[in-house]
Amino acid sequence: MASIPIPDINIGAIGPEITLCVIAMGILMAEVFSPSRKNRDLMGLVAFGGVVVAGLITMSFQGESFTTFSGTYIVDNFSTFFKLICLLATGLTILVSIRYCEEENIHEGEYYALLLFTTVGMLFMASGEDLMTIYMGLEVMSLSLYALAGYTKTRRESNEASLKYFILGGFSSAILLYGMALIYGASGTTKLAGVSEALMGGSVNTTLIAVGVVLTLVGFAFKVSAVPFHMWTPDVYQGAPVPITGFMSAGPKAAAFAAMFRLFAEAFAPLQNDWWLLLWILAAVTMTAGNLFALAQNNVKRMLAYSSIAHAGYILMGVAAANETGSSGALFYLLAYTFMNIAAFAIVGIVASKGEERVSFKDYTGLGYKYPLLGATLTVMIFSLAGIPPTAGFVGKFYIFMAVVEKGYIVLAIIGVLNAVISVFYYLKLTVYMYMRDERVETTKIVLQPSMIIALLLSLYGVLIIGLAPSAYMSFAKSAFLSF
Amino acid sequence: MSSLPLLSLIIFLPMAGVILIMLTDKDNVAQIRTIAFITALADFIISLPLFFSFENTADMQFIERREWIPDFGISYYLGIDGISMLLVLLTTLTCVICIASTWTAIEKYVKEFMIAFLLLETGMVGVFCALDFFLFYVFWEVMLIPMYLIIGVWGGERRVYAAVKFFLYTMFGSVLMLVAILWLYNHHNDVQGFYTTDILAYHGLAIDPGAQMWLFIAFFLAFAIKVPMWPFHTWLPDAHVEAPTAGSVILAGVLLKMGTYGFLRFSLPIFPDATVAAVDWVSWLAVIGIVYGALVAMVQPDIKKLVAYSSVSHLGFVMLGIFALNVQAIEGGILQMINHGVSTGALFLAVGVLYERRHTRLISEYGGITAKMPIFAAIFMIVTLSSIGLPGMNGFVGEFLILLGVWKSDPFFAVIATSGVIWAAVYMLWMFQRVMFVKITNPKNENLKDLNLREIAYFAPLIALIFIMGVFPTPFLNKMEPSVARLVNQVKPAIIKAEKLQAPKAPEAIRTGAVTITSGVGIDAPRS
Repeated sequence: MASIPIPDINIGAIGPEITLCVIAMGILMAEVFSPSRKNRDLMGLVAFGGVVVAGLITMSFQGESFTTFSGTYIVDNFSTFFKLICLLATGLTILVSIRYCEEENIHEGEYYALLLFTTVGMLFMASGEDLMTIYMGLEVMSLSLYALAGYTKTRRESNEASLKYFILGGFSSAILLYGMALIYGASGTTKLAGVSEALMGGSVNTTLIAVGVVLTLVGFAFKVSAVPFHMWTPDVYQGAPVPITGFMSAGPKAAAFAAMFRLFAEAFAPLQNDWWLLLWILAAVTMTAGNLFALAQNNVKRMLAYSSIAHAGYILMGVAAANETGSSGALFYLLAYTFMNIAAFAIVGIVASKGEERVSFKDYTGLGYKYPLLGATLTVMIFSLAGIPPTAGFVGKFYIFMAVVEKGYIVLAIIGVLNAVISVFYYLKLTVYMYMRDERVETTKIVLQPSMIIALLLSLYGVLIIGLAPSAYMSFAKSAFLSF
Repeated sequence: MSSLPLLSLIIFLPMAGVILIMLTDKDNVAQIRTIAFITALADFIISLPLFFSFENTADMQFIERREWIPDFGISYYLGIDGISMLLVLLTTLTCVICIASTWTAIEKYVKEFMIAFLLLETGMVGVFCALDFFLFYVFWEVMLIPMYLIIGVWGGERRVYAAVKFFLYTMFGSVLMLVAILWLYNHHNDVQGFYTTDILAYHGLAIDPGAQMWLFIAFFLAFAIKVPMWPFHTWLPDAHVEAPTAGSVILAGVLLKMGTYGFLRFSLPIFPDATVAAVDWVSWLAVIGIVYGALVAMVQPDIKKLVAYSSVSHLGFVMLGIFALNVQAIEGGILQMINHGVSTGALFLAVGVLYERRHTRLISEYGGITAKMPIFAAIFMIVTLSSIGLPGMNGFVGEFLILLGVWKSDPFFAVIATSGVIWAAVYMLWMFQRVMFVKITNPKNENLKDLNLREIAYFAPLIALIFIMGVFPTPFLNKMEPSVARLVNQVKPAIIKAEKLQAPKAPEAIRTGAVTITSGVGIDAPRS
């Protein structure tokens, strides 16, 4: 290490995080001081407004590249892109939640506050240039999520989800922290750039580093629910409130991928020849297992949980490819995935109705005829998840596979595309129920709030526009790549 | 040539119809049908200039090119040559006829059906016009969704099984092709120094023969499943039997042609060495398909299934023609693609006519229909004979050219294939006899009504085409000739190279049947 830099503090750089914190605390106070809960929708709108403001601030950083807070916090296109994905996930989730909160009659105050705190954690992870920043962001995010998973207190599954998530999450955080400690022990620094330098210097204890890298990988593999560290995912996704499930599968996952990318592309880059195979295998196993398990599900929420595991596998392919296309491809995929997955879960929530009782495939029988527009929207999301053009999901898969082929991992690409075929099978099952069954089931009347309609239209727009005219988004993703 | 973006118009006009139909109330079925029909008809009419102002050269025509995803060298690039032009016309014509045939056949969810059908038309025309890999793949896959819905929603009893099987089979083939496309994409950058998805840029690209073989196999799977070649054909009978009539017609008429078209546009020109190396086993699969399809067709109790298996047999001819790698056989193959679309499309329509009246497709349920439905009998007869390949009708010209060309490259395959012509006569005529002749034994057939004006109207263009293409095939052949000649020229160096390699050990090669392309290699003298 050269000289110690004079600590510089650029408050503006964390503008989005500050905004969200202030709004979140304001909402908490509002909850306390207005017990009548008259303007319950208002809280959601305020939270949404906060997200929009944070998004605008984030966008203003586009094209900039600097570190601040003694080099522990970085602003570059990579972090900006990821932050926008996280904020998008939060924004959509808030819009979706307004309906859910009303239907399930839950307290909005803490709900939105926790959601915003989760987002703050995610934003810090995306900008983490220091092992500690990343870890702190991760914990802020996770702790809020544990609470959110169990937010519908009266549902047993929700309680189970929360407890399971908390115990296993705590366990994995500990493993991650231990890995980080070993890396610190070997390299003498927690700064990512410093770790990289130390590794290139070659005078580090290889055993410590190897164990450290593996433990870190395990920690992140848990957070992105990669197989075989995925056991918590189906139960937690099934038990958590639907909007939160959609959120968990997109936002926090994106943040975990951001930190993982940063770590592997920057700090561990000198060891790429050693870890690529681990990620290769992790990607292959994750997508294959995710898809195979999803095949067997009768519960749509659980099916989507397994499918989200498979999607984590596709994104891991981008990490494994560890090239420019892989990095920007993963970013692009996460963007597409956020739109389609949150919308899919939102519609699952709509169909589920009060108490989340209607979540099996047969509850979707005839949906496409009874509610043509809702059915069509879900169909678009389903085909996008399956990676059929002209949707965002297709372009995302195309991008990731391109990276893998470019790197020369043809076998991984073939495993990937075959997985896409397997996944089509269970996605189609949903359309079969929606359109191809003769019998009809009685559904409660579905009325959509404006906020929900906006969320669905936004997602639909996102999925189709990214599918048909991906150029602008691709350019942005390309500018945000990390050089390995 | 006008600067009008004609191909884009043809591709996206059906989308305008879709929007209009979406705005129509779903109970107003008459209006929905009319909109769909007029849209398809208009689409056909604006596609006619493709034929009449087509210049007989090998160049791509009606080209449109716009940047789409410049970061990846992807562009919106359309154009047609002599090979794809006829297929575009076949598609637009078939769509008009199909929509006309659904007037009474599709009763439920008319709105959704018409939307799906017009979307399908967009996808199909797009596949034949796309000159960009990415664009091609998008259309290729997009088309699956409406077809899947058409089979799955409006199909018969086992429709869900058939629809899912159809989707998974085709998707399986296409994703492997996607990997191959991505490999090629990177390879182009390695060789030429820039990324592009322009399909024509890959024609003649230097690719190591070993790699070519793998790529060829990946593309082969995608196209062979679509064709379908034996042994990848098992989705076809299910899909055909379960699909509603219009779905079957479009499936036989257009969708299967995408496979054979794929071979002509991609496999042959991009992987000439692999093509030459694969000639033998592809030809074997083709003749097995011809004989197998015919034999299985013969024993079907279900008319629709019989016609479905006859498709396997007919498409075997097309594949055999394409892989004879000379001008005559390939022209015969392309012509046979059109012929098959016309004849088999008409056959499925005929089956649909019967089914609509009796709600059964079992041959044993019929018998003596001629007496009750004379007009139908005449039409059905013409169509049957055309499918068999009677001289004076379209089927004859195509099969004759194929057999002629194949004989030049390998008489052995020509002989086996010829037996397929005989089998075709056996199963078709036998079926015709049992359905249309003999006495009426089933009292339910006593009150059958003959064709109405609408039904005659949608058969009419097909019947006309059967004779026009049978008697005057020259205009059609002239249009495709330069494109086919160029295609053969692209493969020719590989043939010569393969010959040189095998020349020293010729005796052994002849015994194993490896050298089969010695004669008929060059460009055949143009017909007068």
